[in-house]
Amino acid sequence: MAVKTMFVDPSRCIGCRACEAACRECDSHKGESMIMVDLVDRAWSVATQPTLCMHCEDPVAPCAQVCPALAILITPDGVVQQADPSRCIGCRNCVYACPFGVPKFDVEARLMKKCNLCYDRTSQDLKPWCAQACPTQAIWYGDYEEFVNERQGRAVNVTSFGEQTVRTKVYHVLPDGTARLDVAALLGEAAAPASETTSSGEEVWIL
Amino acid sequence: MTVNKDFFETNRAFNYDFQSSGPTPAEWTAATRAAEQLVPTHCSFCGVQCAMYLRVKDGHVVGVEPRDYPHNRGSLCPKGVVAYQQADHPDRLLYPMIRRGGKLQRASWNEALDLVVNRWQTIQAEHGKDAVAIYSGSSMTNEKCYLMGKFARVALGTRNVDYNGRLCMSSAAGAYERAFGLDRAPLPMPDIALADTILVVGSNVAECFPVAMQWIWRARDRGARLIVVDPRETPIARTADLWLPIRPGGDVALLNAMLRVIVEDGLVDETYLSARTNGWAEVKAAVFRMTLEETQQVTGIPAARIVAAARLYGRAATSLIMHARGIEHSTHGVDNCLACINLALARGQVGKPGGGTMMLTGQGNGQGGREMGQKAAQLPGYRHIDNLEDRRYIANVWGLPESELPGVGAAATEMVHLMAEGRIRSCMVMCSNLMVSLPDNAVVQRALANLDPLVVVDFFMSETAELADIVLPCAVWCEDEGTTTNLEGRVVKLNKAAEAPGEARPDWEIACDLARRLGRGQFFPFRTVREIWNELRVATRGGTADYSGITYEKIDAQDGVFWPCPSEDSPGTPRLFTERFNHPDGRARMFPLTYQPPAETPGGDFPFRLTSGRVVYQYLSGNQTRRLGFLNSQAPEPWVEIHPNAAEPLGVKTQDIVRVRTARGSMDLRALVTPTIRPDTLFIPFHYGHRQAVNQLTNSAVEPTVKIPEFKCCAARIDKVGSSPTTELVRATENLTPANAPAMFPYQVGPAPAARSGEH
Repeated sequence: MAVKTMFVDPSRCIGCRACEAACRECDSHKGESMIMVDLVDRAWSVATQPTLCMHCEDPVAPCAQVCPALAILITPDGVVQQADPSRCIGCRNCVYACPFGVPKFDVEARLMKKCNLCYDRTSQDLKPWCAQACPTQAIWYGDYEEFVNERQGRAVNVTSFGEQTVRTKVYHVLPDGTARLDVAALLGEAAAPASETTSSGEEVWIL
Repeated sequence: MTVNKDFFETNRAFNYDFQSSGPTPAEWTAATRAAEQLVPTHCSFCGVQCAMYLRVKDGHVVGVEPRDYPHNRGSLCPKGVVAYQQADHPDRLLYPMIRRGGKLQRASWNEALDLVVNRWQTIQAEHGKDAVAIYSGSSMTNEKCYLMGKFARVALGTRNVDYNGRLCMSSAAGAYERAFGLDRAPLPMPDIALADTILVVGSNVAECFPVAMQWIWRARDRGARLIVVDPRETPIARTADLWLPIRPGGDVALLNAMLRVIVEDGLVDETYLSARTNGWAEVKAAVFRMTLEETQQVTGIPAARIVAAARLYGRAATSLIMHARGIEHSTHGVDNCLACINLALARGQVGKPGGGTMMLTGQGNGQGGREMGQKAAQLPGYRHIDNLEDRRYIANVWGLPESELPGVGAAATEMVHLMAEGRIRSCMVMCSNLMVSLPDNAVVQRALANLDPLVVVDFFMSETAELADIVLPCAVWCEDEGTTTNLEGRVVKLNKAAEAPGEARPDWEIACDLARRLGRGQFFPFRTVREIWNELRVATRGGTADYSGITYEKIDAQDGVFWPCPSEDSPGTPRLFTERFNHPDGRARMFPLTYQPPAETPGGDFPFRLTSGRVVYQYLSGNQTRRLGFLNSQAPEPWVEIHPNAAEPLGVKTQDIVRVRTARGSMDLRALVTPTIRPDTLFIPFHYGHRQAVNQLTNSAVEPTVKIPEFKCCAARIDKVGSSPTTELVRATENLTPANAPAMFPYQVGPAPAARSGEH
């Protein structure tokens, strides 16, 4: 059976934050968004990046594994839930364990909060609110085969942070030919001085 | 407590214990929305008119749910998601107000309406019928737009009625009428996905029509190419195949040059041109008047890129041009749109699924609002007020002798001039915020101060309502029903989800009540919106924009109906011009175009071109979206975008407070230094009021035929606050002045205020 999941394509993101506005509409966390949209660097570009829970599969949910109270539950279909309020002891282990920086700690409620893939909607075969609202389908919900048929770009669910590698339920959409999202390599590339592959910094269109 | 650090090892043993953590709570899988009702409707904001459900509980609108519809597919932009928060908003106007002793004070409806009517009757007796004007808007339903046109002409008998669409779409409307004989985007949004090359000219689609982006991406997923023409690298330009960073005002030059390349490359569809168009020979001659080098000079785009764009566009089997305010807000707005049409006709694209030109109408009912007869020269159904046959038909529908219908009135931008001169003595503003939306707003403020009374109908206290003598509270979109026509020409139905709060009333009830008090109640017997709709259908029958076959039931059954729909058994017309154009001979008309500079270009002490536009979080004058917390927190104040190469010599850094000045005025705001804009251009978003309004700076020069203002280009300077020169500034280059182009300067009244350029 085809498993539906999320596909995040930052190249399509227009930074409109419809996903954040939609996420805030959920009755269980009204006014708070579990998805974040960041400007990459407005001093250079209008590029933006949405971040939502990647629902790590291998290793399964580092946030849940470090939870001393077994408060972060995982459904059989691999959706990592937000901390169960009756169990969460507010230790923030999950916040430090997550390689993607997703869980947020609500100091007042002493409770971890994060995306649970709109479990109330997806369990009834509806799309998560963010993917439903997203005007450009930068956040897209469906199964992998459907994605490959309909969309361009390579759906990748392996992310490397130096020596650590995570396979996730949620996919990033990267340029064709990219097998994994190698964060350490990209950081190295960004820090390196402009090489011959980039132009000399001169903007050809300035007349 | 220890943290297991081993779990990042690949292929390590599975170490999460599902068994001991237990199952997930059952309530997580059940949506608990039992006590709610879902009301199907559409968004209150832009011209896409996304479908949505409003969640209603105990008579209050409490939220929103996605609603699948052919054009938005359940998507919403952030404005759509929070639109519902207008309904129970604490800033709502709850009762009528009258200005007493300089202050707006609570009054009863009787008191307020009687005062309005008494003043109007006195003014009209003393100064003639035309001394009272109606300034309405396009963000309201077809029924209300229709009623406002009828109210002005029948209840008041004034010729002076116009609306804010004048500032929005009138260039495109003028161009499509001239070229095709019919003013509507010729194809539905899902057709965008069929295009092989999409040329976006002067439209920040991603921020202004976010939900339309999904169709552009569907085309791109099929392999379509995207070309964007914009002085800024907007979110849609960022990933485009080709971005042409045009100097504001150079559009005709660029589009003519592209057509020239297409002719030289032999990519013109001669068969189509000879079978379906008139005027190609003249257009062909006109595009050869300017060389590519001259075009490069004017537009600031390298000639090689212009050639690349022309080939990318010209070689595509199916190509679509999408255009919006970027080219329309110009003293040559109609020419700019006609240049797009020439290009599409030369490639034989218009009338093809996924091909041709598509204007992106900005306001929620921007399309319907300009067909219902609230425009200065127009009667319902896109009929013309100076055409005797049209006048007779409408007079007959309204039950008046034709001689009682007034003639052509002043355009919205011209009304300001008449107010300042004292020829318009009172104006009722409904669904508009002139103090934010009109250019050179110092002049607008003086004009409005001249009115006695200025009557404003609104649901929030707008910058214009603050100046009013009488403020009447009305319903927001979800507290009333009616139809709107979206940017595709699709007529959709808005439904009522709640009652208006306090003493607020739907706009149409206010207009009918005023008509009764003016002694014209017999022409306004409406008790329901449906009764207005049914009269509107009769009034548009046989007109260009024929709504007579559209019923509320058909809209529901078909997911919207495209006009023209001349009979009840007609399904409507999603695609136009497939066989013939709407001129009597069935052919499209092409017009030879010559590049002319904008009214004002950089010169003297004003070296930059200032342009204005939208941001995704705000809508039009911001009167609604600036009150919605989530949206306003993302963009609470305006800023000015400037390129690093231009900012560096001025010592301007991001977040610095800078002073931007034009010949009209100056404003202080924060700088955003970024290479996503041309180095010779400044950009300021326009949604803000008072000292934050960019329209303190903009030029009130207009297109001479349709009277749309040149918001997108004027000469400006920028200084760090504290370092601005105090001496008299040398004025910018004025290409068009009140002396050499009077039809372009509707605000010029009497002697101009002395030396305004140096006063700051």
